[in-house]
Amino acid sequence: MTETAISLSAVSKRFGAFQALKAVDLDVARGERVVICGPSGSGKSTLIRCINQLETHEDGAILVNGLEVGTEARQLEAIRRQVGMVFQSFNLFPHLTILENCTLAPIWVRKLSKADAERKAMELLERVRIPDQAHKRPGQLSGGQQQRVAIARALCMEPTIMLFDEPTSALDPEMVKEVLDVMIELARDGMTMLVVTHEMGFARQAADRVVFMDQGEIVEWGTPDNFFSRPQHDRAKLFLSQILH
Amino acid sequence: MSAAVMTTRGRGNGLLRSLFASPGNAAVTLAFGLLFAVAVPPFVDWAVLNAAVFPAVPETCRAASGACWSFIVAKHSQILFGIYPFDERWRPLIVCVLLIGLLVYSVRPTSWRARLAGFWLLALAICWGLMSGGFAGLADVSTDNWGGLPVTLLLTVVAIGLGFPAGVLLALARRSEMPVIRLLSTMFIETTRALPLLSILFIASIMLPLLVPEDLLPDKFFRALIVLTLFASAYMAEVVRGGLQAMPKGQGEAAQALGLTYWQAQIQIILPQAIAIVIPALTNTIIVMIKNTSLVLVIGLFDLISSGKAALADPEWSSPSVEVYLFITAIYFLLCFGFSRFADSLERRAKGPMS
Repeated sequence: MTETAISLSAVSKRFGAFQALKAVDLDVARGERVVICGPSGSGKSTLIRCINQLETHEDGAILVNGLEVGTEARQLEAIRRQVGMVFQSFNLFPHLTILENCTLAPIWVRKLSKADAERKAMELLERVRIPDQAHKRPGQLSGGQQQRVAIARALCMEPTIMLFDEPTSALDPEMVKEVLDVMIELARDGMTMLVVTHEMGFARQAADRVVFMDQGEIVEWGTPDNFFSRPQHDRAKLFLSQILH
Repeated sequence: MSAAVMTTRGRGNGLLRSLFASPGNAAVTLAFGLLFAVAVPPFVDWAVLNAAVFPAVPETCRAASGACWSFIVAKHSQILFGIYPFDERWRPLIVCVLLIGLLVYSVRPTSWRARLAGFWLLALAICWGLMSGGFAGLADVSTDNWGGLPVTLLLTVVAIGLGFPAGVLLALARRSEMPVIRLLSTMFIETTRALPLLSILFIASIMLPLLVPEDLLPDKFFRALIVLTLFASAYMAEVVRGGLQAMPKGQGEAAQALGLTYWQAQIQIILPQAIAIVIPALTNTIIVMIKNTSLVLVIGLFDLISSGKAALADPEWSSPSVEVYLFITAIYFLLCFGFSRFADSLERRAKGPMS
């Protein structure tokens, strides 16, 4: 638990004139579950997208399992293999079946045989409880099912770290729970997780730590209990009062 | 599904009812009915009833008031194979059969394997060998003497077969993050699109030899082939780029996040979807390119149309040009319509069970 999985020091990022991240520091221990919340535009998505370099940071350093995240291609590939990501809009590949979605990267990136990749994929599809949909296309599945497939797809690469970028925000309310249940199970198994979400129930149940961001900075952090019942900063209090009713 | 069932059930009455559904519809129906009544009988008289077919000699045509199909029968080999030496015409015949056969074979999704590319390379090599000869006792025939359908087919297949992958690469290059590559691709596409195909063909066939010694240049046929390929690639690049731009950003990001390299992501994720989006526009471009091959006649290559014209020059016959052009039109129609049906099936396949 003491080893550091992700370490950000003084990470900055701007989009034109807009400063999305202002010298952010954050350490995530191996096996730790961190929920990042904050108002929209606060930089939380940008922060986790910098970790696997879907966004490039301009200043500061990011270490993933001790490897420096940069633009060097070989190093970046090694890092992306260890970091799985789940997106708000699922981003499944619509022209491939569910099973093909899950086996594509293992076959092409990890060079597994088709049979091995399929065995692994079926195992994980069972874990997210959709093995019977394996030969359908993403368009035939509900949003909740698609997001569970997206989680299985990321897990097929056997990552040590999982990033979730608002995984339930695009879902109909009745489907949120099925996705959160899968995530809670994953958390129980000891996966290192960095989750951008407003699902405070999930934070209470599964997170070790809640990080509150506003205007590109980490304003406050603490255990879920402390953060929800005794927020220190006015901005955090205002945010909580807005989302908790 | 249900719409199809409904139309079959009520076809007879439904058709009649929809033809006269409103006063406007009725007027259009009557107008077209009248047009057909006026135009069809004389055409049938000309093309079928009063037409001359056998025996395929000039006298048959002089005796008939209708179409002179005897000319096509008598001259089919000259129209199809141009000025290719008469005794060697079995060679272009094999080339045509081979190319058309492989085209038909390639249409079936079950034949889309890596070895299909090998078949095509082999087939083109055989075509090249058969057409030019000069080995194993085959008489040497220079490209100046090639003509007719094999020229049209070879130009079409190579210009589109190489132009399409080149176009895909150009489209990717134009969206590249590397400024030099982006600039080069943009310059090539914009220049090629801004020039008429005719003028590029003229430059390649007439001006180039003035500037560069002729023996350093590939012959006229190959220059035309290169021009057509480059021209096709520029147009197809822009169509494919349209598809690339329509792709949601998340697809590329998901591929990146899974650790796929740029090329893996393009080949496995982005291009299959982007190209599926632009099949109708791509079909359009490719059909135009098929017909563009006929422009090589201006630089003295004997494609199908030029060899048809050459055949008409025989003074024995009363130059039945309408019949010859109808014959050539039918061949182009088969090529283009065939391709369009193929594209249609691709489109249905791409839509498949997707959302």
